[in-house]
Amino acid sequence: MSDYNFAYLDEQTKRMIRRAILKALAIPGYQVPFASREMPMPYGWGTGGVQVSAACLTPNDTLKVIDQGADDTTNAVSIRKFFEKTAQVATTEETARASLIQTRHRIPEEPLTEDQILVYQVPIPEPLRFLEPSEVETRKMHALEEYGLMHVKLYEDISQHGAIATAYAYPVKVEGRYVMDPSPIPKFDNPKLSMAAIQLFGAGREQRIYALPPYTQVVSLDFEDHPFEASKADHDCDLCGAADSYLDEVITDDAGGRMFVCSDTDYCRARRAAGHIGAQGAPYEEATA
Amino acid sequence: MYVAVKGGERAIDNAHAWLAEERRGDTSIAELSVAQIREQLSLAVNRVMAEGSLYDPDLAALAIKQARGDLIEAIFLIRAYRTTLPRFGASHPVNTAAMRCDRRISATFKDAPGGQVLGPTFDYTHRLLDFKLAAEGETPQAPTATPAPGPTPHIMGYLDREGLIQQENPSDTTPPDLTREPMQLPADRALRLQALTRGDEGFILSLAYSTQRGYARNHAFVGELRIGAVAVEMDIPELGFAIELGEITLTECETVNQFKGSKTEPPQFTRGYGLVFGQTERKAIAMALVDRALRWRELGEEDQGAPAQDEEFVLMHADNIQATGFLEHIKLPHYVDFQSELELVRKLRREAGGAAHREAAE
Repeated sequence: MSDYNFAYLDEQTKRMIRRAILKALAIPGYQVPFASREMPMPYGWGTGGVQVSAACLTPNDTLKVIDQGADDTTNAVSIRKFFEKTAQVATTEETARASLIQTRHRIPEEPLTEDQILVYQVPIPEPLRFLEPSEVETRKMHALEEYGLMHVKLYEDISQHGAIATAYAYPVKVEGRYVMDPSPIPKFDNPKLSMAAIQLFGAGREQRIYALPPYTQVVSLDFEDHPFEASKADHDCDLCGAADSYLDEVITDDAGGRMFVCSDTDYCRARRAAGHIGAQGAPYEEATA
Repeated sequence: MYVAVKGGERAIDNAHAWLAEERRGDTSIAELSVAQIREQLSLAVNRVMAEGSLYDPDLAALAIKQARGDLIEAIFLIRAYRTTLPRFGASHPVNTAAMRCDRRISATFKDAPGGQVLGPTFDYTHRLLDFKLAAEGETPQAPTATPAPGPTPHIMGYLDREGLIQQENPSDTTPPDLTREPMQLPADRALRLQALTRGDEGFILSLAYSTQRGYARNHAFVGELRIGAVAVEMDIPELGFAIELGEITLTECETVNQFKGSKTEPPQFTRGYGLVFGQTERKAIAMALVDRALRWRELGEEDQGAPAQDEEFVLMHADNIQATGFLEHIKLPHYVDFQSELELVRKLRREAGGAAHREAAE
């Protein structure tokens, strides 16, 4: 791949993206338009995240890529391979060893540190999009801090269902100013959004970058009498026994049999390696594959 | 004991190997060469160049071969390649009045200087399958004639001279570049035309058709449609003058549309404009109709709320590479989100069941 620059993008493009990232960090939660490029993977498959990662990566970085919390899902494999090929950076599956983590739909269970960057792939960056389809209108609403529509939507949920009927991509307010879409992470992950690491959000097709600097105040929208609740399956992980991690429900047979396992595969592996065993787990053996 | 699905990496490699095999098809049939695609599937090549925004018939033909004939996939390959190319500069605007026309027709005048030149068109062919083509017969040579000397004047010039067609305001401002700056709305006409010329042919066609059927009707006459080669010139700073880099084939369509006039403007004709790489006349005509529909505000017309009048709707959804990527991404795993929905629906149903039970008890 010597025909391409380090991490695929040319330096001018990276500079343009870095400027957008800096602006995004300066105005937490604000969606910065950027001139997204066509990438060699389809729009909607992480092109925003890939461009942000490409602009942040240095040869000394160690990269981790997850999709649905797992390192071995097909698209995570594909993106990791892309950077192995175009940037020759070291890669890892261990959260703690990674300096840059690109993610789709999850925040790792293990708390991140100030030395790490978490890059999110974002399909629709606009939290107000499904209330107002026009971008011209939603940008105006953000500028005027006009978020009444969102509160009405949440209120209508409560009056209809008795609860806020949003389970993922749950809207948050950043530093008391911008309402932001945290990307389609389950709302279980929302409390982790105030963290030590830098969080960057890239939406390629929609040409937007936004960011959360370390320790930014991020509040999930709610009402005093209906406070936000981070929920997950009411089980422990059947492999490692964790009670505090987000779980995937896996169907195991035709008779409705199921088990619950950590969505964060590295977290689960580390716990099992440390000797934790869940209800259906076996003692951990180092994978040979 | 549940075993996590591993081996994504090997599955991907194997899928790609199988894809390569399927692309080749039956090996007892001769393999297609890129040159054969370029020469014999030239309208497919033209579409890939137009929507890929890169004028290179060889690369477009290669992309079609690699994409197994899936033109949107081929356009995607071209776009992804194009975005990595360095930019040396910008050419002068091409002069379509000096086009060496292969085809030039006007539907608004029976004849005009330069004549009606049909060129290599499907029009007036009877759409009957030609089984001779399956029998591998050689095509007889078409008759030739000497082209008329001198440039072919634009038909619109005649209406312009009489002041019957609305004047376009000339401008020397550098148009925005859709591929280098994020799309900002409202978009000016230059940006709209850029988006339309690389937009999906099917989408633009359907929008144009909707205007003909009454959703923002702007009855269009094809004032002129011309297809031919134009020179591309660029200033070379070291030389201090412009040199010709080469020729490209373009399709240009100007439509004549009615306009009733407004408080400030007398009744006159207005224009829709289409300009597309290669011989791509369906696209160029459709583009002109959609361009005209999008000009309602500038011409003081009524917003009928039609899709073709809605700039944001048209521009945000015209790009088939964006559309296909986002559409197909729903094939990717979404089980984390689905799990959270599953929990929520179970919870809401539990609560609804509980409430119904309480009501019954009361």
